Amino acid sequence: MNDIPKPRPSGEVVLAARNVAKTYGAVNALKGVNFDIHRGQVTTLFGENGAGKSTLMKILSGVIQPTSGEILLDGAPIIFDNATHARARGISIIHQELSLAPNLSVRDNIFMGREIRTPLGVDFATETAQARALMQELEQDIDPATPVGALRLGQQQIVEIARALSVDSRILIMDEPTSALSASEVEVLFKVIRDLTAKGVSIVYISHHLEEALQITHHAVVLRDGTMTAYAPRAEIDLNWIVRNMVGENYDLGAPPVVTFGPTALTVESLTLPGAGFNLVDNLSLTVAQGEIVCIYGLMGAGRTELLETIAGRLTPSKGRILLQGREMGGLSIAERIAAGLALVPEDRQRDGLVQTMSVGQNLSLASILNFTRGLFTSTRAEAAIIDSSIRQVTVKTSGPGAPIGSLSGGNQQKVVIGKMLATGPRVLLLDEPSRGIDIGAKAEVFRLLAEGARQGLAVVYSTSEVGECLSIAHRIIVMRKGRIVAEFGPETTKEEIMAASGEAKAA
Amino acid sequence: MSQKSQISLGRLLLEARAFLALIVIIAVFSWLSPNYFTVSNFLVMASHVAIYGILAVGMLLVILTGGIDLSVGSVLAFCGVMAGAMMQGIELGAQVFYLPVWGVVVLTLAIGGLIGAVNGILVAFFRVPAFVATLGVMYVARGLGLLQTNGLTYNNLAGKAELGNTGFDWLGFNRIEGVPISVIVLVILAVIFAVTLARSAFGRWLYATGGNARAADLSGVPVNFVLLAVYTLSGVLAAVAGLVLSSQLTSAGPTAGSTYELTAIAAVVVGGAALSGGRGTVQGTMLGAFVIGFLADGLVIVGVSPYWQTVFTGAVIVLAVLLNSLGNGPARGR
Repeated sequence: MNDIPKPRPSGEVVLAARNVAKTYGAVNALKGVNFDIHRGQVTTLFGENGAGKSTLMKILSGVIQPTSGEILLDGAPIIFDNATHARARGISIIHQELSLAPNLSVRDNIFMGREIRTPLGVDFATETAQARALMQELEQDIDPATPVGALRLGQQQIVEIARALSVDSRILIMDEPTSALSASEVEVLFKVIRDLTAKGVSIVYISHHLEEALQITHHAVVLRDGTMTAYAPRAEIDLNWIVRNMVGENYDLGAPPVVTFGPTALTVESLTLPGAGFNLVDNLSLTVAQGEIVCIYGLMGAGRTELLETIAGRLTPSKGRILLQGREMGGLSIAERIAAGLALVPEDRQRDGLVQTMSVGQNLSLASILNFTRGLFTSTRAEAAIIDSSIRQVTVKTSGPGAPIGSLSGGNQQKVVIGKMLATGPRVLLLDEPSRGIDIGAKAEVFRLLAEGARQGLAVVYSTSEVGECLSIAHRIIVMRKGRIVAEFGPETTKEEIMAASGEAKAA
Repeated sequence: MSQKSQISLGRLLLEARAFLALIVIIAVFSWLSPNYFTVSNFLVMASHVAIYGILAVGMLLVILTGGIDLSVGSVLAFCGVMAGAMMQGIELGAQVFYLPVWGVVVLTLAIGGLIGAVNGILVAFFRVPAFVATLGVMYVARGLGLLQTNGLTYNNLAGKAELGNTGFDWLGFNRIEGVPISVIVLVILAVIFAVTLARSAFGRWLYATGGNARAADLSGVPVNFVLLAVYTLSGVLAAVAGLVLSSQLTSAGPTAGSTYELTAIAAVVVGGAALSGGRGTVQGTMLGAFVIGFLADGLVIVGVSPYWQTVFTGAVIVLAVLLNSLGNGPARGR
């Protein structure tokens, strides 16, 4: 592709990626990305989930190796064997998922793996003093002897940041460092970032909070589907520019199918799922008609997964009712709900969707196995027929039903999970982030499949964290925030409206 | 058939490996001893394998779900002791009841199933790690067996004709068409469970639970029921092995069957099953049991020191699993 902008020279480039690509099996996480980090400046990486931001950062920090392409450190090619090697060259990363040992103290976590040693063992006194100094710099009143597990999530994130600061890095990569921080903690972090850049430290920053990131960044880079789609210095951009480049406008995920809605398929009445200190799902009510497609949008932690898993019977609500075509579902097991016609396609297909030790065919038939059991035994012929029609219905590209499930690409694996649940003949199909980690082509096919189901009277509820996917096949868009429905839109709404309602970004 | 054979070629080679080991063992010992390669010797060896083989079938079910059952050796002994006790008569007040042998057998199997169910409840509903739950039950069952007999052994299992409870030795001594009953029992059980695993919904649930319990749960597989069932079945099969063993020995002692659980695990593993669950077959496990059994008996027949026997058995186990993991690794594409 030749319309991708190249990074423009501005200041001294300390670390650069040249045409870096990474593939996982058949999935292309990164497709040839160029990326520059400037001395003493903040470069922010924008992109939706699955755009490849975290993959790129893991490559730059030596956690994983690129499939192709090269990394330049101070202009010279370098291959990082592992994260320790990269850290020795002055590159540290603060991971999105905290990598702390909760059983160890703040001090021990900060110095984990590079303890200050004397001939008599670890020099705990010096470590404690340094840890205390770091906490003061971050304006935190945390005793270095406190076990990390006893801290709030936000404080744990501070410890993670302190650990990265303690190694005197030249380049500091921060993957969503503020996701659990309060506003005042973010202020402190930004102050620390400004101090660091003044000292010549280069920062790479990733955040979903676009406005927040715009406050401190010098450069913006946008990734979409593993490719760099835009690059610009701070002075030339605004929020709309980011959103426009993040979501893209040139792909079509279909339009809401023209369907006459049938009677009510799913009724959720004041459903509440308690969490630690607050409700993950908070007094939520929702009705979906046969043939209707409903999209649930929300940020991480908005309660989408919890809502869908509660409806499917994985989690037990403290309050509220779930009715399928008027029939009470409360107290029924997952198997009984599937039999009644209520099926869930889970978010994490590796963890919750597929049995890796089984073949494509066995995965497809797993949920509907009782339908082709005659007496004590399964009917091989009936099973083969179900698998065959499923493979054709959801258009799985596979060498055959006996192929190992791991041989499929992410998109085809996802189709297997969907096909498995469709084979149970559901009336209501719940899908949690059905497009996660699959490429655009597969996304379009998945949505076409759902639209086709709706035409035949299937009620579809899917969740997504990519706003572009709300404006595709959904008849109705619901925005969730903190376990509640905060807004409802028709298909003619705009991305900006949806994002504003979710609390992600106010339309500029 | 052509497309199917292509798919299972890898698995075939894997099972063929255990098969190859078995052939090598038979060839080597036949060359070393003229008595080894005879029908009568094979039948005797097979009746020894039967005990481990029956335990290994139960162990396979548990291992397929990703668990382990360390209690089978103790359950075997406890069930043997309970059968022995029932053969001595059950005292109720002043009266002593004598059950017919089939009654003793049914009750013994029930006891085995009950202990297995305790394992299953601990694992499925209380989320106790299988290793810990069955380790505890292993000690408890062993202790109960010792308590029951005060550490002694029941020697008088023959029963009396006038009490109508003769025939306990049938399982261990009788033959049909020259084949020991214990071997027939093993074959029947192996066939039943091989078909169950390959062709029933329950079998598929088992593989799915071991392969990915969360995905199985969300697909409507009754995971807790599956777990409860496999541990219960393992207990029942341990009781069957206990009956066969005490019948073969015409005595029931509380110290019988110690470390048998390890032999059963070895048979399952040599047979190509993955300890992480989701992979393995009854056919493979049977091969594993025969490899271990034929090796041990062969070493006895050639007169190798029992200390060396232990060394050889251990080496074969590690070697077989090493070959399996070499074959499994790249094919799985991880």
